[in-house]
Amino acid sequence: MENTENAQRFLTASRAGMIGCRMCGAVNPGDARVCTRCSSAIAPPDPASLQAVWAWLTAGLIAYVPANVYPMLRTTTLGHSSDSTLIGGIVELFAHGAFGVGFIVFFASIFIPIAKFVAIGYLAISVRRPSTLDSHSRLVLFEIVEFIGRWSMIDVFVVAILTALVQLDFAASISPGIAAVSFALSVAFTMLAAQSFDPRLIWAANSRSAE
Amino acid sequence: MNTDDLIACPVCDVLHRDRDVPKHRIARCACCGSVLAAPKSGAMTRVTMLSVTALILLVAAAGFPFLELSAQGLSHRASVLDAVLAFSQGPMAILSFATAFLIVLLPAARFCALIYTLAPMALGWRPAKNAVEVYRWAEWIRPWAMAEIFIIGVAVALVKVSGLARVDLGPAFWSFAALLVVTVMTDSAICRMTVWKTLKTRSDS
Ligand SMILES: [Zn+2]
Ligand SMILES: [Zn+2]
Repeated sequence: MENTENAQRFLTASRAGMIGCRMCGAVNPGDARVCTRCSSAIAPPDPASLQAVWAWLTAGLIAYVPANVYPMLRTTTLGHSSDSTLIGGIVELFAHGAFGVGFIVFFASIFIPIAKFVAIGYLAISVRRPSTLDSHSRLVLFEIVEFIGRWSMIDVFVVAILTALVQLDFAASISPGIAAVSFALSVAFTMLAAQSFDPRLIWAANSRSAE
Repeated sequence: MNTDDLIACPVCDVLHRDRDVPKHRIARCACCGSVLAAPKSGAMTRVTMLSVTALILLVAAAGFPFLELSAQGLSHRASVLDAVLAFSQGPMAILSFATAFLIVLLPAARFCALIYTLAPMALGWRPAKNAVEVYRWAEWIRPWAMAEIFIIGVAVALVKVSGLARVDLGPAFWSFAALLVVTVMTDSAICRMTVWKTLKTRSDS
């Protein structure tokens, strides 16, 4: 088994009774609470820190519901107003033949958020029990989640831009809906969930199961 | 046991002996493959210059209009400041704050923080007061500075309103595009490990 071999070949700071800093890589004595080099708060990898991940993830999931149900944009044309939801906006883009942009928005607002919920949840669970993916694949998954998460903000910015651009003096005017707020919060919460996940736990679980 | 000649991988916690990495070489973690150090010659100077460039571009990007809309003889231009103020009343004010923070204030603050910590080092001076705290904050804030994501938002908005009116790209759009390039160049020039070590040795001496 590759994992077992890894755990034996490499010595981690926490197994050596020391604390490695996740900001600067400095190795600190085991009783330190603040890094000697960069003065970040430090702690040994601890599965208890997953509580923060679950809390942020739940908050993100809750905020994602109204983001889909309520209108994202309200367009008023000649006294007649129509609301469009997140999914409605994407359908509209496809209906107008804007497939490229429609696909970008679909990816940023629907696919990425849902994939993120699943991925962060999976990573947090896999720390506690044996998982089907090896450590390296899970690290790649974590890095993808961290990198791609912020791009979900696109739709919030689109709402901001459209509101600023299409004002009352035109035949149409656009104003933001409540879903824009909950969607922005949902993205922020899931970013915080990813940031509070400690990737060192991916390996810590392996060395425990190898013992 | 002396811990100064050891480093722990920030991602997987595996210990490594801390050896000097030659310039333009990349040291990777033997266990997880994360980049531990990637020093480049003149990196501090380069990052400082790039940050100054980015700040100038950011001011231009925020102040000039990024889209111009014209229909039925009327025209309307929107700058980032307009987009921020668009939500300023009512319950949507939180969006106004978020937009201002993510697009303008946080990126600007991050580039200022980088100049503050790295410029004295580029010149070979002692680190400025509280440089450690400022640099730590700049690293922490990185995912929240979203100026580059805004460009894609502009592109999507352009397609969405193209049915309503004629839309033209304004000068700020190109400032944002240049900012995207400069941000990527800045981030790839920084070697965190080198910055932390230099900060530590300079302030000790
Ligand atoms: Zn540290
Ligand atoms: Zn590693």
